Amino acid sequence: MSMSQTTETSTASPARSSRFLAGGRKVATSFAVILTTLFGLLVITFVVGRLVPADPVISVIGDQADQATYDRVYKEMGLDQPLYVQFGSYLSDVVRLDLGQSTLTKQPVASDLARVVPATIELATLATLIGACFGIPLGVVAAVNRGTWIDHVARVVGLLGYSTPIFWLGTIVILIFYAHLGLIPPGGRIYIYNEGIIDGPTDSIIVDSLIAGNFEIFWSAIHHLLAPAIILGYAAMAYLSRMSRSFMLEQLRQEYILTARAKGLGKRPIIWRHAFRNIRVQLLTVVALAYCGLLDGTVLIETVFAWPGLGQYLTSALFVADMNAVLGAVLLIGMISIAINLLSDIVYRFIDPRTR
Amino acid sequence: MTRSGYFSDLHDWLINEEFTSSRQARFHKLYVAWLSLLANPLALAGFAVIGVLILVALLAPLIAGHDPYAQDLAMALQAPSAAHWFGTDEFGRDVFARLIYGARTTLYITILVTVIVAPIGFIIGATAGYLGGWVDVVLMRITDIFLSFPSLVLALAFSAALGPGIENAVIAIALTVWPPIARLARAETMTFRNADFVVAAELQGAGMGRILLRHIVPLCAPSIVVRLTLNMSSIILTAAGLGFLGLGAQPPMAEWGAMAASGRQYLLDAWWLTTVPGLAILTVSLAFNLLGDGLRDIMDPRNG
Repeated sequence: MSMSQTTETSTASPARSSRFLAGGRKVATSFAVILTTLFGLLVITFVVGRLVPADPVISVIGDQADQATYDRVYKEMGLDQPLYVQFGSYLSDVVRLDLGQSTLTKQPVASDLARVVPATIELATLATLIGACFGIPLGVVAAVNRGTWIDHVARVVGLLGYSTPIFWLGTIVILIFYAHLGLIPPGGRIYIYNEGIIDGPTDSIIVDSLIAGNFEIFWSAIHHLLAPAIILGYAAMAYLSRMSRSFMLEQLRQEYILTARAKGLGKRPIIWRHAFRNIRVQLLTVVALAYCGLLDGTVLIETVFAWPGLGQYLTSALFVADMNAVLGAVLLIGMISIAINLLSDIVYRFIDPRTR
Repeated sequence: MTRSGYFSDLHDWLINEEFTSSRQARFHKLYVAWLSLLANPLALAGFAVIGVLILVALLAPLIAGHDPYAQDLAMALQAPSAAHWFGTDEFGRDVFARLIYGARTTLYITILVTVIVAPIGFIIGATAGYLGGWVDVVLMRITDIFLSFPSLVLALAFSAALGPGIENAVIAIALTVWPPIARLARAETMTFRNADFVVAAELQGAGMGRILLRHIVPLCAPSIVVRLTLNMSSIILTAAGLGFLGLGAQPPMAEWGAMAASGRQYLLDAWWLTTVPGLAILTVSLAFNLLGDGLRDIMDPRNG
């Protein structure tokens, strides 16, 4: 991949105006891609909603209502309309942020989601940070020491992270560190007696308590966040270390590395100032992908650690077949993934000199 | 190590690069791949574990020693002992026997998903790569939409819609696994699309189906097999995750994820209920990863 990129660099020197046009076209294309992906997302959630075997009318009126009421509600819900009309009204509902009522919480799904999503963002962001801080250096070191015991250790650490059932690891951590050692709380986001004190602008307890200067609550939140974040971070680390290793290997094969060595540059500047600089852009994309992958992990780990986020909301809705809530949460998770990929695309354009 | 005459002849025939038949060339390739697998202890270990898993699944009734479904409430939550190697669960069922039968469930799901996904992914990807143009654009857009979902969440949504159960879990997982296969098949097809042998076949009047089946499949097969091997671990983990959330195999069926989930209620009294099936999931998915990793190194030595 990077081979073709380096040749691109050497040949690409078109006039500024055509480059500007090409840039505009690129932005337009990626915008169109985002729109179709979003549309596809909505098609999927719509189809899933139609597949549900439970009768949506019965779930509204109960099974005691008479036939006349059933027919009336059936019409009111638009179920007698052709599918594309139903899809159209689903689209307009989503645009107006109307995701229906949750049968579990008796609240609109949209406001439920707004309430639970900050906890998940907090967890997934910290986990991604942990994964990147440990995974990227590990991958670089493994690539530099390719074939030595360091490389083998890094490989096994990475493959273990790929292979561990995350819900099981969480359960074992609770068994050891809560039940036997008493080092961590059994779950939740904060101690019960600390609840409801902090009400800040960001909905992240960590940030809000820092803003309010309340360190007791800050530590309580950190204490609760640490175990699930480290477990998720380990999964991200496994992925990021393997990716950065293979990106680095690709760079270390290039001829400019040989040139740098020939002119007497030390090992450290070659690795960090030459090779690593060139993989930053690729790494960014991969970190974004890791973040999206963690959204999967949060569903399981939030269930294990009773973390009141999107994942726990989704699974508890699943248990009672609260389909509005399930579909809303799934839609939101899909949208977050799209947004993160879009964000990484934008930052990519900023830091990659070739796209400037 | 000295080889007996027959094996040494066979070895010479396999290693000889002056082929006298295309069959010899084919076996030579397999043999060389096998030798490099032997030289990679981690991949070999993965291979061995998978072999054991298949044997265990086939011979489950002979190995288990207990009936995995026989309840005995008087014997509930017994710690591991000589009679019950991994203890008993909350219904007094033997955990070892359930673990052994769980291997069947795991293999059943992985094989079924793979069998569904490999041809679908190949057909979609190869069609897109072979035809190009708007067919390519449309098919790859659909692939990307599925890829943009975190896979467990997508599988959750589908199995919630289809209802719990192992067959529905298989369908749900298959829906999340095909996109990377399609991507790979497309990329591979495009590299061969304009090769002389494909053009020659076209000139002879071969249709698209024949070209894909007879000319492209054999060339794509190795990399798709590697991809599938690496995928098996994520299939196993997704299946276990669905089982853990109660959406996969339904009780009383022995499934490792569901076993680990039901053990959580007795975590403090009976640690083995969660620990043992979790370790089984970890071992098997690690084995598939090690083997897949080793196979990829053999095929693409640049990353080794």
